[in-house]
Amino acid sequence: MLVSTFMGAVTTLQTGANLVSPFVPRFIISNVVREMTILELAPTIMAVIYAGKVGSSMAGGLGTMRITEQIDALEVMGINAASYLVLPKIVASILMYPLLVIVAAVCALMGGYLVGTLTGLLTPTEYVYGIRYAFNPYFITFALIKTFVFAFLISTISSFKGYYTQGGALEVGIASTQAVTSSIIAILLADYFLAYLLI
Amino acid sequence: MIKIKDISKSFSDKQVLAGISGELEKGKTNLIIGSSGTGKSVLLKCIVGLIQPDTGSVFFDLRNFTEADKEMKSDIRREIGMLFQGGALFDSKNVQENVMFPLDILTKMSPAEKIERVNFCLKRVGLEGVNKKMPSEISGGMKKRVGIARAIVNNPNYLFCDEPNSGLDPQTSILIDELIMEITHEFDITTVVVTHDMNSVLGIGEKIMFLYKGNKLWEGSNNDLIHSGVKELDDFVFTNKVMRSLKDKA
Repeated sequence: MLVSTFMGAVTTLQTGANLVSPFVPRFIISNVVREMTILELAPTIMAVIYAGKVGSSMAGGLGTMRITEQIDALEVMGINAASYLVLPKIVASILMYPLLVIVAAVCALMGGYLVGTLTGLLTPTEYVYGIRYAFNPYFITFALIKTFVFAFLISTISSFKGYYTQGGALEVGIASTQAVTSSIIAILLADYFLAYLLI
Repeated sequence: MIKIKDISKSFSDKQVLAGISGELEKGKTNLIIGSSGTGKSVLLKCIVGLIQPDTGSVFFDLRNFTEADKEMKSDIRREIGMLFQGGALFDSKNVQENVMFPLDILTKMSPAEKIERVNFCLKRVGLEGVNKKMPSEISGGMKKRVGIARAIVNNPNYLFCDEPNSGLDPQTSILIDELIMEITHEFDITTVVVTHDMNSVLGIGEKIMFLYKGNKLWEGSNNDLIHSGVKELDDFVFTNKVMRSLKDKA
């Protein structure tokens, strides 16, 4: 919430600072903030943060379970450890990450509203008008498609890195770092290809 | 009874096990001993199916586990209890949940029946009143006991213990050993213990398999150890002065 609120606030200020022509109406500022937030900032920046916090936690948790033989214990009991441990993480990510992005987008737009109106950059009416102006509902669908793909990538890559950790505590740390790095690279690539294919 | 037949395993170019065969008897504590790096744990993992051997087969009471289909493997695994070196307790679950876990997953017992069974097993290993403690709040010896309780909670026919007394003080080690032997006799199960602890070898080694550089060099009981006539085994068992003088007296 904090990150996305500031993200919206800063985007509003910077857009305002760059739209200096008297021929450009002020409501365009919030219009730009809306498009940037929904299309890119909320799904992608949140994905990077999600990979850093949740992805590393998944890899670290599974890696620790691997090196302390907890995964072996599950397998000896006849339990499919991958299915038992990884599947819930993937399902939970796919269900919850889109909700997180929706909350982040709302917070970003609220942050933009607060900063825009409190600094006198634009009036509340202009801000709300800009938010509603030339709205394309497909962008919401596109953003949600991105969230599903990002959630799947982060949870699967992080789980894979953690599940196949070998060695000791040092390797668990390495697995966590690799999970974040690989997830972020995958997010950026997926971001590009989804934009290329769907817009 | 567990029968292993010609088990071999290599990792890259290094051969860890070279055609191990033998029988692990029911109602006895069967020990697999040897110095570090001789393939004891790899053999144990081959037996329980955590590692697929390159060649050879493992038979659980005449059922070929190595070549069994998924369903049969699953059935056999339900009859296995295993105590891992570090306990392998689930960090996120308390003692009661850890012990209850196999019952939750593998049985259709009612909650009351499960709690009764868990309490019985915890009492059996000498742990009462610790049901709500987390693994991080109990000592190494207690973790091993909880591990044993979890291993026996589902009435296994086969109990495997990977270095059950590593990292424990001598007194606790002996208690754990005695507990394993008592449980083996009480429930008439096939117990396999991997160890390099001499107290265990002499104390509970009803049947001992000695591994040396991936080969089985000797098989017998703790009573036969002194007169084995195998130099490598003598070097391994009678390393310190006390043990040597014991052998000389015998």
